[in-house]
Amino acid sequence: MTPTSFDGLMPVVIFMGIAVALFWGGHFASVLLAPSKPSHLKSTPYECGEQPVGSAWSMFNVRFYVVGLIFIIFDVESVLMFPVAAIFRELNDMGQGAYALIIFLSFISVLIEGIAYCWKKGDLDWVKSFQVSHKKRS
Amino acid sequence: MNQTVVSYLAQYEFFDSLLALFGGNQGLLTFVIFMIFCLAIVGMCATIGGLGTYAERKISADIQARIGPNRVGPYGILQFLADGVKMMTKEDVMPFSADKFLFYLAPMLALVGVFATLAVLPFSTGFTLSDMNVGIFYLIAISSLVGVSVFLGGYASNSKWSMLGGMRGASQIISYEIPVTISILAITLLAGGMGFGTISAHQRGLPTNWFIFHNPFSFIAFFVYFVGALAETNRAPFDLPEAESELVSGYHTEYTGMRFGFFALAEYIEVFVVCGVGAALFLGGSNLPVDLSFDIIPLQLVEVVIFMTKALLLYYVVIWIRWTFPRLRVDQLMSICWKYLTPIAIFNLVGCAIWVVLFNGKSVAQLLMGGGH
Repeated sequence: MTPTSFDGLMPVVIFMGIAVALFWGGHFASVLLAPSKPSHLKSTPYECGEQPVGSAWSMFNVRFYVVGLIFIIFDVESVLMFPVAAIFRELNDMGQGAYALIIFLSFISVLIEGIAYCWKKGDLDWVKSFQVSHKKRS
Repeated sequence: MNQTVVSYLAQYEFFDSLLALFGGNQGLLTFVIFMIFCLAIVGMCATIGGLGTYAERKISADIQARIGPNRVGPYGILQFLADGVKMMTKEDVMPFSADKFLFYLAPMLALVGVFATLAVLPFSTGFTLSDMNVGIFYLIAISSLVGVSVFLGGYASNSKWSMLGGMRGASQIISYEIPVTISILAITLLAGGMGFGTISAHQRGLPTNWFIFHNPFSFIAFFVYFVGALAETNRAPFDLPEAESELVSGYHTEYTGMRFGFFALAEYIEVFVVCGVGAALFLGGSNLPVDLSFDIIPLQLVEVVIFMTKALLLYYVVIWIRWTFPRLRVDQLMSICWKYLTPIAIFNLVGCAIWVVLFNGKSVAQLLMGGGH
């Protein structure tokens, strides 16, 4: 029997199905077994016993956004490198190793340039960059 | 071509009689075999996750000169079952201001993301459920769902502690994905393929063939991978998203009962998965130390035992690290990732690429022994 390309994906779907079934199974088991005496105070968000002040969905530190941006750049670049890495050995066996290496390194140098730029800008520091930008503004 | 456990079993004679039992319906038989293996693996991993919580407490007790759980069953080994029953019988409380849909979705996504990674985990050469040709790439991609679930869990609770924990968790998980991915890239480059089967085939034989000992760069890459994997699974010393001394319990502050249990289960299974991936990529995976020309099913079981031993030893190291090192600060966490691990990982990648070209992909041992092959 030769495997078709979809055979390899079947366990993925089955595992996802098992995960969803397990979640709802556990949920309904706890609905059946657990007590349920809801009250308003019980369902207030935990804030160390105080009345919660405002909503947690508020403005947030912009650092996290910058980290997200840097992540996307690096992630996309590493995704683009995966196919090259996968056939690198094959190219080397074909005698194209040095050629492939130069192309690979020039691509990585773009990545290194990106890190160097972010580093220089202070985006890799968690606290310091704020002081830097604050000084510039004033 | 995607090798699966079904195509592995198909080379044995009993497969034909099984096929006859199903009236020649190949699709149905494939589904049934996959289902049996999936359920077995889920059961095994849930047990490992449960025993992981027990091991964690027992080892921490040893390290701190306490006794640890010793009431439920012999040596307290059934503690995780008691915990499970307790979680199931606890009242489910949801904050009134929470986003109900996302609140339910978050633990489910964590489970889906972790379970889906089990599909490509190479337990042995034959019993890999699905040896996709993009195996490791798929694993990196699908395990990102856990990061999404951490953030959603924090966001949906609408509690300040959860929000802080979720934000920290998301930024930490995505940051540490970079060094981990680049370390794995180096191994892809050495193995010449992304499938676990290809990677495992290159490490056949003695430990000198393992990728961790392949060259100095891949030796460092293993440690970069391991540190990054610790951070990706929110394990101490990188457990900032759930730092109990500052954030109560981080993104799952508002989760009670079974939903909290699923978060914990997903986390413990994920630790096992990253340990398994570490074992498969760097420590020779499920390969026997000797090359045998024949292949029977009991041999596959031996391979499973070898793989599990390596993965569980790494699991032990993860727990050991948790009770040895103090927790990092957020700024230290970010600078370790971006200023140390990422440049080191890129250095390793470049080093591996140059090594492959210079020495034609031979390992240090092969060079020392004169040519090899």
